[in-house]
Amino acid sequence: MKTVNLTCVECPMGCAIEVQLDGESVVSVVGNTCPRGLAYAKNEVVCPMRVLTTTVKSTDGRMVSVKTDNPIKKSNMFSLMQVINGITVTAPVKIGDIIMKNIEGDVNLVATDCLK
Amino acid sequence: MKKSYDIVVIGGGPAGLAAAVSAYDNGVKDVLILEREPRTGGILNQCIHNGFGLTRFKESLAGPEYAYKFAVEAEKRNIETLTQTTVLSISKDKKVTAINKENGVFTVEAKAVILAMGCRERSRGALNIAGSRPAGVFSAGTAQKYINVKGYMPGKEVVILGSGDIGLIMARRMTLEGAKVHAVAEIMPYSSGLKRNIVQCLDDFGIPLYLNHTVTEIRGDKRVTGVTISQVDQNKKPIKGTEKSFDCDTILFSVGLIPENELTKGMGVELSPRTKGAVVYQNRETSIEGVFACGNALQVHDLVDFVSEESELTGKSAAEYVLNGAKPRDTINCVQGKNINYVLPQKIDKNASGDVKLYFRVSNTFKNCTIKLECNGKELIKRVKRVAAPGEMETLLLKESLIKSLEGDVILSLEESV
Repeated sequence: MKTVNLTCVECPMGCAIEVQLDGESVVSVVGNTCPRGLAYAKNEVVCPMRVLTTTVKSTDGRMVSVKTDNPIKKSNMFSLMQVINGITVTAPVKIGDIIMKNIEGDVNLVATDCLK
Repeated sequence: MKKSYDIVVIGGGPAGLAAAVSAYDNGVKDVLILEREPRTGGILNQCIHNGFGLTRFKESLAGPEYAYKFAVEAEKRNIETLTQTTVLSISKDKKVTAINKENGVFTVEAKAVILAMGCRERSRGALNIAGSRPAGVFSAGTAQKYINVKGYMPGKEVVILGSGDIGLIMARRMTLEGAKVHAVAEIMPYSSGLKRNIVQCLDDFGIPLYLNHTVTEIRGDKRVTGVTISQVDQNKKPIKGTEKSFDCDTILFSVGLIPENELTKGMGVELSPRTKGAVVYQNRETSIEGVFACGNALQVHDLVDFVSEESELTGKSAAEYVLNGAKPRDTINCVQGKNINYVLPQKIDKNASGDVKLYFRVSNTFKNCTIKLECNGKELIKRVKRVAAPGEMETLLLKESLIKSLEGDVILSLEESV
């Protein structure tokens, strides 16, 4: 049995939630005051996911902002940062352009700004 | 560029863009935007994190994506925009003096002016921190620009003073780029940042947040070499013996934002000591007829979605003024009472039509409290809230029928539950 403490981010209440885990399975969730908090806690303890936002450099030295077009595993953030920091793009770049396909599973890295 | 315009908008950030587009759509097509930076979009251009637009577009956009949506709308309407143009002064009779490389110093006349200059970060100087002045001390927003726009890392070992949203965002950003963020120190017993930022920018990376702590020493000669933080007592005085020392090469300050209103002051517009922005009516008109204000220059918002909403209202008001002129007013004041930091608009014109949305901030964190609106001792609206905090802007809608029935100033207050 393992206990994980979380702060819910679903609303400004910020409930302190305590989750009891038996291996991978959730045994109990206490501290949440609504169903959204319950769902948040269950996802968060099993496999927390985050959208990663960062920048890539272009051949002319300018930076262009990028994001993963879907959440990636939180535990993969640093290894993906290493991959992304090795990428160089060439202008022009438009918002939504795929900078790297399938960076994790079917998640792509896309531009969130334009480079003219 | 012409010599006169119906509306001149000062600032091409999210507020200025939305106001200009709205003015155009409400019948005034002769609009000029003056922007200091090389491109429009304002601070959003360096805010590469996501979370923008959740309220307005029901999707989570990065800052430049949100800005682009409005820049495109302005372009579609061919709204004239001068970038790299700094406004130097505005006269009471709405003559705007500005400077840029192509035109030198020049003046344009306007029938209406919209002030949308945004806000500025409170600096180290404003905090009166003793010590020498080594390199390596930045405002969080400056560090954000270095990393996200210029592609430079300002440091490797970091301590952040203040837990405003930009500081939290930068804790994550610098960590992802390989820096070690040792601590975030916050002098208040609570963070002014959004909860989701505390969790996803600090907790995700195991960065400790020290509440009730402030910086008591910055070490270093040419470059920062370390910093000491101490716990503070109820009067915000450092407590001896609680010092924690960190070796670091960089200190970021994220200690609040102040509306940028030098131009506003210069033209004699009445300012609120609480918001540090202009005092306005519900249509966002200031104490000078035909001069309007919106966005972070008026009040510091939490979410750009609300900046857009406010600025569209302001653009519409400015267009109505240009098309129909001023109308006689019947003014009442909107006053902050107990436990309320400020209410905006500060003035309500009873003759104007439409509902009025009050924006306000509470003065502390409260649980299970009651928000009350009163007029002449009579309770008009009562709303129970499970939680309220200074970091989250609140709103209250006043129906037109209620406004018409008012017989004096209204007072907004918060009652703690007993």
